[in-house]
Amino acid sequence: MATAPTNAAANPAAPAPKVNRIGLTVLEYRGSKSTLCAGCGHNAISERIVDAMFEMGVEPERVIKMSGIGCSSKSPAYFMSRSHSFNAVHGRMPAVATGATLANRQLMTLGVSGDGDTVSIGTGQFVHLMRRNLPMIYIIENNGVYGLTKGQFSATADIGAKLKTGAVNDLRPIDTCALAIQLGATFVGRSFSGDKKQLLLMLKAAIAHKGTVLLDVISPCVTFNDHEGSTKSYKFMQANDDPINEIGFIPSFEEIGADYDAGQILDVTLHDGSSLRLRKLHEGYDPTDRANAVRALMESDENHEVLTGIFYIDTGKPTFVDLLNMVDEPLATLPESVTKPSRAALDKLMASLR
Amino acid sequence: MATGNLALDREKSALNAGKRVSNDFSINVATVNGSGSQSSNSVLLKSIFEMGVPVSGKNLFPSNIAGMPTWFFIRASKEGYVARKRDSEILVALNPDTAKQDVLSLPAGGVAIYEESYKTSQNLEEVRDDVIYYPVPFEKITAAVCPEPKLRKLVKNMVYVGVVAQLLAIDIGEVESSLRQQFGNKQKVFELNFGAAKAGLEYAQQNLTKRDPYFIERMDRTAGKIIVDGNTAAGMGAVFAGVTVVAWYPITPSTSTIEVTADLLKELRQTPDGKATYAVVQAEDELAAIGMVIGAGWAGARSMTATSGPGMSLMSEILGLAYFTEIPGVVVNVQRVGPATGMPTRTQQADVLSAAFLSHGDTKNVLLFPGSVKECFEHTYAAFDLAERLQTPVLVLSDLDLGMNHWMSEPFDYPATPLDRGKVLTAADLERLGGFARYRDVDGDAIGWRTLPGTPHLKAAYFTRGSGHNDAALYTEKPAEYQAIMERLARKFETARKLVPGPVVVKDGSSKIGFIAYGSTDFALLESLDQIKKQYGQEIDYLRVRAYPFAREIHDFVASHERIYVVEQNRDAQLASLLKLDLPAEEAVKLRSILHYNGWPVDACSITAEFATKEGL
Repeated sequence: MATAPTNAAANPAAPAPKVNRIGLTVLEYRGSKSTLCAGCGHNAISERIVDAMFEMGVEPERVIKMSGIGCSSKSPAYFMSRSHSFNAVHGRMPAVATGATLANRQLMTLGVSGDGDTVSIGTGQFVHLMRRNLPMIYIIENNGVYGLTKGQFSATADIGAKLKTGAVNDLRPIDTCALAIQLGATFVGRSFSGDKKQLLLMLKAAIAHKGTVLLDVISPCVTFNDHEGSTKSYKFMQANDDPINEIGFIPSFEEIGADYDAGQILDVTLHDGSSLRLRKLHEGYDPTDRANAVRALMESDENHEVLTGIFYIDTGKPTFVDLLNMVDEPLATLPESVTKPSRAALDKLMASLR
Repeated sequence: MATGNLALDREKSALNAGKRVSNDFSINVATVNGSGSQSSNSVLLKSIFEMGVPVSGKNLFPSNIAGMPTWFFIRASKEGYVARKRDSEILVALNPDTAKQDVLSLPAGGVAIYEESYKTSQNLEEVRDDVIYYPVPFEKITAAVCPEPKLRKLVKNMVYVGVVAQLLAIDIGEVESSLRQQFGNKQKVFELNFGAAKAGLEYAQQNLTKRDPYFIERMDRTAGKIIVDGNTAAGMGAVFAGVTVVAWYPITPSTSTIEVTADLLKELRQTPDGKATYAVVQAEDELAAIGMVIGAGWAGARSMTATSGPGMSLMSEILGLAYFTEIPGVVVNVQRVGPATGMPTRTQQADVLSAAFLSHGDTKNVLLFPGSVKECFEHTYAAFDLAERLQTPVLVLSDLDLGMNHWMSEPFDYPATPLDRGKVLTAADLERLGGFARYRDVDGDAIGWRTLPGTPHLKAAYFTRGSGHNDAALYTEKPAEYQAIMERLARKFETARKLVPGPVVVKDGSSKIGFIAYGSTDFALLESLDQIKKQYGQEIDYLRVRAYPFAREIHDFVASHERIYVVEQNRDAQLASLLKLDLPAEEAVKLRSILHYNGWPVDACSITAEFATKEGL
């Protein structure tokens, strides 16, 4: 800047707020005050979303926040108020998000759902969304219980998990990550709301990816599922979180450092030119091998560990938008001259019916 | 049935009258489904059309892939009546399982053309003696012209076209040109089929002595007209309305609506470099289909789905969300017989009440009732303008009869008015206004302004939620704020009342009695009006409803008559019920009903007979 602000000398202690590469401060990514319980894992996830979007310099107006019904689905109100948001009906966020994404492919679609919303009432839509590889980020805020109806088990509750009432879950949990990998999602990972660093890096890489990103984030429910005997509690996660890889992420607009221990590192160039660097923590784990990824998830389930990290990534598969061979412009705002066929076209059709 | 109506009970026996009957009869082709009779039926229908004779075709088919009975009715009518004729004078009996019953359904003096080798429990000619029989060795004729045994099942159908052409004096030249149109440049297929038709014609020429009075004679009443089904017409309406996102799940009888839409989009809506200006998604179910439609509508696309009763039931929750969050979307419901699975290949108008109030809570939906294939085109087109103008889902209630059958029509007019994209604020608008409140009524028409996701302005975003919200789209549970939204939505429905297509007052003379009907019932009712005039000397007024909410003219029509008969194809008098909710109590009591709901399209004689009974004629 050529001239210093005149009040700079008057208030030398206040540094200029940090801005990102599009000139916005982190405040401009904030939402309304959360009405979720104090200590809810979902609030930590909202904060990480704010940080990731800010650090990646995403224009808030280009993001749509989509959700279903449940505590998790309320959370889009608590971050990024400058983005359009749609809190739809229970279990149907995937379809609504699909419609919106097809209407305007230039939007960045961020879906926030819960375990009940995703794999109980919404199982059908969830699996078909994964099949299509629609470009979007799908976050499951997974706490293993229904919060808004006061603490019933969801379909991600582990066998042997206990409710506060003493009820024990004896049905197998649905592993959303294994499902997503098998069905065709191209970026699949699991994290923990309490692991700030891992979650933030995963979100930043997700923003750089093109295709369906499925992030299953264990997010403890402090009111109904944070007690002794819960497998979705802070304590349980702190004891049993088993990262499969250490995530490094260098956005497209930053320099890539050269020092790394080849052989233990997988470097993946993401769609926007960013670099994802995965350091192996499990011997022989290859996140580009689907069968391997699913096997690792099944084994960890049997060992009562909670595997976290990026399980699977495929940067080459066409997205649903690619398969539909759509124009680059948003369908929503194509002019009438493009969308309404001519009088001659109708005349020709009429002639063919004579 | 009233005694004065006996003459209508059976169509007049042509045999007894002993005179020539031209261009006023119906042909019933009885086959088994899956036997490939569709092209021969269309060729016969088209040949009659090409001779200038008004014609209509109805496929009464089973919910089955192959082997069950199916009937195709072709009606020729010099008066231009296109409704189902209650009796068919000419039977082509190609299904041994139903042949006896089909013969019994003929009126006295009717004609039965049948396969002479049929081994039925009884010789067909012994079933009754007041019918003219023409036995034809279809199998033998087919074998002679079609050396390939696998094709004989299909080719056999074309033999009957030749036999019927000869008996009814249909110009074989028209059969030839219809076949050419049908098979395009597939010369071999054309030759095989035309050969079969000619063989049938020659057999009839040489072996059958004409003993019936039925003839097709050239007229000039089809010049410039088209033949099309309602689903095709609705698909065209969507494409010309600039639909961009189509999401659907296959369901009879709506499936072809989307298939046609997809074909036309491919043909008409690609950029020069081959990119699609649309997206068509076959969803996993109707819940997802409507979710995609509403998601796309929210983001500003013109979006649609087509479905039928069971699918519409599944769409209930999201359509309620769209009503409350005020998102446009078009649903074409090609109604079939309910409840439950019902009879998927039979017709009814029985989704009217559920569509009007589809979803929980105080939900009210805008409905359009196309009454012809032309209106299938026009109403589907209009539905997109209405949905975006009113920011609400619009349901187009077609039915199987309209949607899947062949109808003669005036060609469709090009919709010259520009698309109405409704109230959308741009970034420049927001800059000028300094912001907006999504659900505030600033124009007095109870319709707020919306912004589309992606609008590059920091005041553009709002939060769409199905939970209680105030006019700024913020969460609320405050009684006054919630109630204000509900009251505005009710006022918006009054705006809709003025914008939807008004009724067609077909006739409003001095009659004290009026008819009200809608949709595909119109065809039979128009014919019934003529029958009532002829039989009873009464001229009855008639208004055809085209949309819900009901335009004021409908109230006026009821007010100016002593009695109103609402004619519709369901058991529970659904439109009459909806009208009663809308009319003042003293007007509502004037309504009575004539109902038809056995799954077959309503016919004029049934309406006339019931009217006569109710009026004591």
